[in-house]
Amino acid sequence: MQEDITVYVENEAGERIAVPVPTDMGLSLMEALKANEFDIMATCGGMALCATCHVELIEAPELPEASDDEMYMLENLPNLTDGSRLSCQIKVTPELDGTVLRLMANH
Amino acid sequence: MPYAQGRQHERRLPFRNILSFMSTITTDICIVGAGPVGLFAVFEAGLLKMKCHVIDALPQVGGQLSEIYPKKPIYDIPGFPMVLAGDLVQNLMEQIKPFHPTFTLGERVEELQKQEDGSFKVITSGQTEVNCKVVVIAGGLGSFEPRKPAIENLENFEGGKGVAYMILDPEHYRDKRVVLAGGGDSALDWAIFLADVAKELTLVHRGTTFRGAPESAAKVTSLSEEGHMKLLLKSNVTEVHGSEDGLESVTILSDGAEPYKLEVDAFIPLFGLVPKLGPLENWGLELEKSAIVVNTFDYSTNVPGVYAIGDINTYPGKLKLILCGFHEAALMAQSAYSFIYPDKKFVLKYTTVNGVPTI
Ligand SMILES: Cc1cc2nc3c(=O)[nH]c(=O)nc-3n(C[C@H](O)[C@H](O)[C@H](O)COP(=O)(O)OP(=O)(O)OC[C@H]3O[C@@H](n4cnc5c(N)ncnc54)[C@H](O)[C@@H]3O)c2cc1C
Ligand code: FES
Repeated sequence: MQEDITVYVENEAGERIAVPVPTDMGLSLMEALKANEFDIMATCGGMALCATCHVELIEAPELPEASDDEMYMLENLPNLTDGSRLSCQIKVTPELDGTVLRLMANH
Repeated sequence: MPYAQGRQHERRLPFRNILSFMSTITTDICIVGAGPVGLFAVFEAGLLKMKCHVIDALPQVGGQLSEIYPKKPIYDIPGFPMVLAGDLVQNLMEQIKPFHPTFTLGERVEELQKQEDGSFKVITSGQTEVNCKVVVIAGGLGSFEPRKPAIENLENFEGGKGVAYMILDPEHYRDKRVVLAGGGDSALDWAIFLADVAKELTLVHRGTTFRGAPESAAKVTSLSEEGHMKLLLKSNVTEVHGSEDGLESVTILSDGAEPYKLEVDAFIPLFGLVPKLGPLENWGLELEKSAIVVNTFDYSTNVPGVYAIGDINTYPGKLKLILCGFHEAALMAQSAYSFIYPDKKFVLKYTTVNGVPTI
């Protein structure tokens, strides 16, 4: 068993909530956030079709680039930022430890 | 491209021929939501000779299937090893045709009023009123609402004053100066359509390329090269200006350039839609985690005469699947029949015996 990593979700007040996430279950970041009861609809279940799992990475390691499908969704969001990603398209790996993000779908 | 069929290039022009402009409608059953489950409910009701009127906030039928994944294959519809979501919707429309359902599309149901005689009045955002004996809520994850850009005062120009997030009637834009924002397939499709209709058309897209349907992207590029429309890439609309009478201009910021004002009659941001539970929260129905609690005997709610089927309902063991919604529609219909005709006895007839009745 690998150790859990910690991802931080920054809320509107700027507080960072620590979220323990297992790395050995093949989860996406969206699934990990949903499992921790964060308010994410993930209407399409992780197919990069709904953008209701949109997050902004504030502090994160170098990640594989967004696919064309993900970019298509992101570019058509009104609140895109430089750190925008679809959390369903990010695999939870040990490198993600310490990542800080903001939930963007409800803004 | 990773998988070409994954692209959502469905032309999103409204089904204008079935849009109803009537303001008062009388029917047996009013169905809120034209997703697969609402559509199939028309069939099940029709078998029992009950007439239906269907309302949806979207300009097209099909709910999530049309809005989110029209080109995706579905594998768990009985009898179809594989069916594209868009085709399933077309088939459902074909299947319910004999029952002549009527539709109000592009209007959201705002109010549900119980009348003294036990019937209901359903009122939409477009002031359409439906008088009916039974209400069936097939509202899915809620009504699809547009994602709005964070532009100051944008809301001041909503509601016919120049800013719209869905195109219900393209003729409205004839000989107008129109700015579209967005780079998705619906922005491309509408740009192509409106290039002929509008007096001046500008498409503002944040990206450097269009990642949607390549044929639409190529068409937009050639329309702009030929001068039928203006294409602004790496650009954003950042401000809207006008008076009480309506929108007058927008400010556009293009990469590396000074912001400038463009005089316009209409600004249409097309950034996709997200489902929001919306007004049905206030209809006195018992809710649990944004879903309507139903009795699995007949999918009735706590208000007699009001049923909830499909993704919108919840009960122990609920699965949000099309298949389950279809089953719920069948049981709902027989109960609705007993509700409307308490003295008539319900007898199940196979469609193989008598075919599909006409009403
Ligand atoms: C990407 C994706 C893949 C899927 N794959 C499958 C699959 O393979 N198999 C499967 O069985 N299911 C699948 N599903 C789930 C399936 O799409 C849903 O179960 C189905 O759409 C539910 O149908 P519905 O008619 O209940 O609701 P919806 O399809 O959500 O339609 C509800 C409609 O009601 C309208 N509405 C709501 N409130 C109002 C109001 N107040 N006024 C007016 N209109 C209103 C909405 O605008 C919407 O159009 C998938 C879903 C997604 C997103
Ligand atoms: S869950 Fe739909 S895009 Fe990520």
